[in-house]
Amino acid sequence: MRFKRTRKGVEARLEPIEASLLAQCAHELLELLGEAEEISDDPLAAMVGLLSGPIEAPDDPALARLLPDAYGDDPEAAKDFRRYTEPDLRAGKRATATTALAQLAPLVETGGKLLLDRDQAAAWLGWLNDIRLVLGTRLDVTEDMEELDPDDPREPALQVYGWLGWVQESLLACLEPRSLA
Amino acid sequence: MTAPAQLDRPEADEDISPDLPWVTIVWNDPVNLMSYVTFVLMEVFGYPREQAQAMMLDVHEKGRAVVSSGTREQMENDVSRLHARGLWATVQQD
Repeated sequence: MRFKRTRKGVEARLEPIEASLLAQCAHELLELLGEAEEISDDPLAAMVGLLSGPIEAPDDPALARLLPDAYGDDPEAAKDFRRYTEPDLRAGKRATATTALAQLAPLVETGGKLLLDRDQAAAWLGWLNDIRLVLGTRLDVTEDMEELDPDDPREPALQVYGWLGWVQESLLACLEPRSLA
Repeated sequence: MTAPAQLDRPEADEDISPDLPWVTIVWNDPVNLMSYVTFVLMEVFGYPREQAQAMMLDVHEKGRAVVSSGTREQMENDVSRLHARGLWATVQQD
Protein backbone atom coordinates (compact mmCIF):
# COMPACT_ATOMS: atom_id res chain seq x y z
CA MET A 1 0.00 0.00 0.00
CA ARG A 2 1.49 3.25 -1.16
CA PHE A 3 -0.27 6.49 -1.97
CA LYS A 4 0.20 7.94 -5.43
CA ARG A 5 -0.93 11.19 -6.92
CA THR A 6 -3.41 10.91 -9.79
CA ARG A 7 -5.46 13.38 -11.78
CA LYS A 8 -8.47 12.67 -9.57
CA GLY A 9 -6.61 13.08 -6.30
CA VAL A 10 -4.63 10.57 -4.31
CA GLU A 11 -5.03 6.83 -4.53
CA ALA A 12 -3.69 3.64 -3.01
CA ARG A 13 -4.30 -0.03 -3.71
CA LEU A 14 -4.97 -1.97 -0.53
CA GLU A 15 -4.60 -5.68 0.08
CA PRO A 16 -7.42 -7.10 2.21
CA ILE A 17 -5.04 -7.51 5.14
CA GLU A 18 -3.96 -3.88 4.88
CA ALA A 19 -7.57 -2.68 4.85
CA SER A 20 -8.34 -4.95 7.84
CA LEU A 21 -5.36 -3.71 9.77
CA LEU A 22 -6.24 -0.07 9.19
CA ALA A 23 -9.89 -0.70 10.05
CA GLN A 24 -8.77 -2.37 13.27
CA CYS A 25 -6.61 0.66 14.07
CA ALA A 26 -9.57 2.98 13.42
CA HIS A 27 -11.78 0.88 15.72
CA GLU A 28 -9.22 1.02 18.49
CA LEU A 29 -8.75 4.75 18.06
CA LEU A 30 -12.51 5.30 18.32
CA GLU A 31 -12.69 3.11 21.38
CA LEU A 32 -9.87 5.03 23.02
CA LEU A 33 -11.44 8.41 22.24
CA GLY A 34 -14.77 7.21 23.61
CA GLU A 35 -17.87 9.32 23.73
CA ALA A 36 -17.41 13.03 24.25
CA GLU A 37 -17.93 13.79 27.90
CA GLU A 38 -20.65 16.36 27.79
CA ILE A 39 -21.84 16.17 31.36
CA SER A 40 -20.78 19.29 33.18
CA ASP A 41 -20.18 19.51 36.90
CA ASP A 42 -20.40 23.27 36.66
CA PRO A 43 -24.04 24.02 37.63
CA LEU A 44 -24.17 27.32 35.77
CA ALA A 45 -22.75 25.84 32.57
CA ALA A 46 -25.08 22.85 32.88
CA MET A 47 -28.04 25.15 33.41
CA VAL A 48 -27.41 27.14 30.26
CA GLY A 49 -26.51 23.98 28.36
CA LEU A 50 -22.92 24.88 27.51
CA LEU A 51 -20.85 22.08 26.15
CA SER A 52 -18.24 21.68 28.81
CA GLY A 53 -15.62 18.99 29.03
CA PRO A 54 -13.37 17.41 31.63
CA ILE A 55 -10.67 19.41 33.34
CA GLU A 56 -8.00 16.82 34.05
CA ALA A 57 -5.69 15.29 31.46
CA PRO A 58 -6.55 11.63 30.69
CA ASP A 59 -4.76 9.00 32.78
CA ASP A 60 -4.02 6.83 29.77
CA PRO A 61 -0.72 8.15 28.31
CA ALA A 62 -1.81 7.41 24.73
CA LEU A 63 -5.06 9.36 25.16
CA ALA A 64 -3.18 12.14 26.96
CA ARG A 65 -0.88 12.36 23.93
CA LEU A 66 -3.90 12.84 21.63
CA LEU A 67 -5.45 15.38 24.00
CA PRO A 68 -2.45 17.16 25.56
CA ASP A 69 -2.41 19.97 28.10
CA ALA A 70 -2.24 23.36 26.39
CA TYR A 71 -0.29 24.95 29.27
CA GLY A 72 2.84 23.21 30.50
CA ASP A 73 3.53 25.52 33.42
CA ASP A 74 0.07 26.61 34.54
CA PRO A 75 -2.18 23.73 35.69
CA GLU A 76 -5.18 26.02 36.31
CA ALA A 77 -5.01 27.50 32.81
CA ALA A 78 -4.57 23.98 31.40
CA LYS A 79 -7.76 22.84 33.15
CA ASP A 80 -9.75 25.84 31.95
CA PHE A 81 -8.56 25.38 28.41
CA ARG A 82 -9.34 21.66 28.44
CA ARG A 83 -12.80 22.22 29.85
CA TYR A 84 -13.79 24.34 26.86
CA THR A 85 -11.82 22.74 24.04
CA GLU A 86 -11.41 19.03 24.68
CA PRO A 87 -14.91 17.98 23.54
CA ASP A 88 -14.30 19.57 20.12
CA LEU A 89 -10.81 18.11 19.82
CA ARG A 90 -12.13 14.65 20.67
CA ALA A 91 -15.09 15.02 18.30
CA GLY A 92 -12.83 16.10 15.43
CA LYS A 93 -10.57 13.11 15.87
CA ARG A 94 -13.55 10.79 16.17
CA ALA A 95 -15.04 12.20 12.98
CA THR A 96 -11.94 11.60 10.84
CA ALA A 97 -11.49 8.07 12.19
CA THR A 98 -15.18 7.30 11.62
CA THR A 99 -14.96 8.52 8.02
CA ALA A 100 -11.82 6.47 7.39
CA LEU A 101 -13.53 3.38 8.78
CA ALA A 102 -16.43 3.85 6.36
CA GLN A 103 -14.01 4.26 3.45
CA LEU A 104 -12.15 1.10 4.48
CA ALA A 105 -15.25 -1.07 5.00
CA PRO A 106 -15.74 -2.02 1.32
CA LEU A 107 -12.05 -2.97 1.03
CA VAL A 108 -11.73 -5.28 4.02
CA GLU A 109 -12.98 -8.44 2.27
CA THR A 110 -11.54 -8.03 -1.20
CA GLY A 111 -9.01 -5.23 -1.06
CA GLY A 112 -9.12 -2.62 -3.79
CA LYS A 113 -8.53 0.98 -4.60
CA LEU A 114 -8.90 3.83 -2.15
CA LEU A 115 -9.40 7.13 -3.94
CA LEU A 116 -9.23 10.34 -1.90
CA ASP A 117 -9.78 13.95 -2.90
CA ARG A 118 -7.62 16.68 -1.35
CA ASP A 119 -9.77 17.18 1.76
CA GLN A 120 -10.13 13.45 2.34
CA ALA A 121 -6.37 13.01 1.93
CA ALA A 122 -5.73 15.73 4.53
CA ALA A 123 -8.11 13.94 6.89
CA TRP A 124 -6.27 10.67 6.29
CA LEU A 125 -2.96 12.33 7.10
CA GLY A 126 -4.46 13.37 10.43
CA TRP A 127 -5.96 10.08 11.51
CA LEU A 128 -2.92 8.07 10.38
CA ASN A 129 -0.91 10.39 12.60
CA ASP A 130 -3.32 9.83 15.49
CA ILE A 131 -2.96 6.05 15.33
CA ARG A 132 0.82 6.40 15.08
CA LEU A 133 0.77 8.60 18.19
CA VAL A 134 -1.27 6.01 20.08
CA LEU A 135 0.83 3.05 18.96
CA GLY A 136 4.11 4.93 19.43
CA THR A 137 3.12 5.94 22.95
CA ARG A 138 2.00 2.40 23.83
CA LEU A 139 5.25 0.95 22.46
CA ASP A 140 7.33 3.65 24.13
CA VAL A 141 9.21 4.31 20.90
CA THR A 142 12.28 6.51 20.82
CA GLU A 143 13.67 8.56 17.96
CA ASP A 144 16.41 6.03 17.36
CA MET A 145 14.88 2.56 17.15
CA GLU A 146 17.82 1.11 15.21
CA GLU A 147 19.19 -0.78 18.17
CA LEU A 148 16.07 -2.81 18.76
CA ASP A 149 16.67 -6.31 20.00
CA PRO A 150 15.05 -8.77 17.54
CA ASP A 151 13.77 -10.72 20.54
CA ASP A 152 11.94 -7.65 21.80
CA PRO A 153 8.30 -8.68 22.45
CA ARG A 154 7.22 -5.40 20.85
CA GLU A 155 8.64 -6.47 17.50
CA PRO A 156 5.35 -7.40 15.71
CA ALA A 157 3.65 -4.18 16.82
CA LEU A 158 6.73 -2.20 15.87
CA GLN A 159 6.48 -3.65 12.38
CA VAL A 160 2.95 -2.26 12.13
CA TYR A 161 4.14 1.06 13.54
CA GLY A 162 6.92 1.25 10.97
CA TRP A 163 4.53 0.36 8.16
CA LEU A 164 2.08 3.10 9.23
CA GLY A 165 4.93 5.62 9.14
CA TRP A 166 5.80 4.50 5.64
CA VAL A 167 2.17 4.80 4.49
CA GLN A 168 1.90 8.26 6.04
CA GLU A 169 5.15 9.34 4.40
CA SER A 170 3.87 8.18 1.00
CA LEU A 171 0.69 10.22 1.50
CA LEU A 172 2.69 13.29 2.54
CA ALA A 173 4.75 13.02 -0.64
CA CYS A 174 1.52 13.39 -2.65
CA LEU A 175 0.30 16.57 -0.97
CA GLU A 176 1.34 20.17 -1.29
CA PRO A 177 0.62 22.09 1.90
CA ARG A 178 -2.26 24.49 1.48
CA SER A 179 -2.02 27.49 3.76
CA LEU A 180 -4.92 27.78 6.17
CA ALA A 181 -3.46 30.85 7.90
CA MET B 1 10.57 13.37 15.57
CA THR B 2 11.66 10.66 13.31
CA ALA B 3 12.77 10.31 9.71
CA PRO B 4 15.88 10.15 7.66
CA ALA B 5 16.40 13.71 6.48
CA GLN B 6 18.84 15.19 4.03
CA LEU B 7 17.98 18.80 4.41
CA ASP B 8 19.91 21.94 3.79
CA ARG B 9 19.64 23.85 6.99
CA PRO B 10 18.19 27.29 6.29
CA GLU B 11 18.79 30.19 8.63
CA ALA B 12 16.23 30.02 11.40
CA ASP B 13 13.82 32.89 11.17
CA GLU B 14 13.93 34.57 14.55
CA ASP B 15 11.61 37.34 13.50
CA ILE B 16 9.05 36.93 16.25
CA SER B 17 7.49 40.25 17.14
CA PRO B 18 9.01 41.29 20.49
CA ASP B 19 6.01 43.25 21.76
CA LEU B 20 3.62 40.32 21.74
CA PRO B 21 4.03 38.53 25.04
CA TRP B 22 2.39 35.13 24.40
CA VAL B 23 3.97 32.35 22.40
CA THR B 24 3.05 28.94 21.02
CA ILE B 25 5.72 26.30 21.56
CA VAL B 26 6.00 22.99 19.74
CA TRP B 27 7.81 20.24 21.66
CA ASN B 28 9.80 17.37 20.26
CA ASP B 29 8.28 13.92 20.35
CA PRO B 30 9.59 10.62 19.00
CA VAL B 31 6.60 9.78 16.80
CA ASN B 32 5.75 12.66 14.47
CA LEU B 33 7.57 12.48 11.16
CA MET B 34 9.82 15.43 10.41
CA SER B 35 8.13 15.84 7.03
CA TYR B 36 4.74 15.87 8.74
CA VAL B 37 5.72 18.56 11.26
CA THR B 38 7.00 20.76 8.40
CA PHE B 39 3.77 20.14 6.47
CA VAL B 40 1.60 21.11 9.46
CA LEU B 41 3.57 24.32 10.15
CA MET B 42 3.18 25.32 6.50
CA GLU B 43 -0.56 24.64 6.50
CA VAL B 44 -1.49 26.07 9.87
CA PHE B 45 0.65 29.22 9.70
CA GLY B 46 1.21 29.62 5.98
CA TYR B 47 4.99 29.65 6.50
CA PRO B 48 7.19 29.11 3.46
CA ARG B 49 8.86 25.69 3.39
CA GLU B 50 12.29 27.01 4.42
CA GLN B 51 10.93 28.69 7.53
CA ALA B 52 8.78 25.71 8.50
CA GLN B 53 11.75 23.37 8.06
CA ALA B 54 13.97 25.60 10.19
CA MET B 55 11.37 25.56 12.97
CA MET B 56 10.94 21.80 12.63
CA LEU B 57 14.70 21.30 12.94
CA ASP B 58 14.78 23.53 16.01
CA VAL B 59 12.11 21.34 17.57
CA HIS B 60 14.05 18.22 16.62
CA GLU B 61 17.48 19.41 17.75
CA LYS B 62 16.68 21.69 20.69
CA GLY B 63 13.60 19.88 21.94
CA ARG B 64 11.26 22.82 21.38
CA ALA B 65 10.68 25.89 19.24
CA VAL B 66 8.51 28.98 19.30
CA VAL B 67 6.26 28.74 16.24
CA SER B 68 4.04 31.78 16.72
CA SER B 69 3.53 34.78 18.97
CA GLY B 70 0.65 37.12 19.63
CA THR B 71 -2.21 37.59 22.03
CA ARG B 72 -3.17 34.84 24.44
CA GLU B 73 -6.38 34.16 22.50
CA GLN B 74 -4.49 33.85 19.22
CA MET B 75 -2.00 31.44 20.80
CA GLU B 76 -4.77 29.30 22.27
CA ASN B 77 -6.31 29.12 18.83
CA ASP B 78 -2.95 28.12 17.33
CA VAL B 79 -2.46 25.43 19.97
CA SER B 80 -5.93 24.03 19.28
CA ARG B 81 -5.18 23.78 15.59
CA LEU B 82 -1.83 22.07 16.28
CA HIS B 83 -3.43 19.62 18.73
CA ALA B 84 -6.05 18.77 16.11
CA ARG B 85 -3.14 17.70 13.88
CA GLY B 86 -1.30 15.78 16.58
CA LEU B 87 1.56 18.15 17.33
CA TRP B 88 2.52 18.54 20.99
CA ALA B 89 2.07 22.29 21.54
CA THR B 90 1.66 24.59 24.53
CA VAL B 91 0.94 28.26 25.21
CA GLN B 92 3.05 30.35 27.53
CA GLN B 93 3.84 33.91 28.35
CA ASP B 94 7.21 34.79 26.91
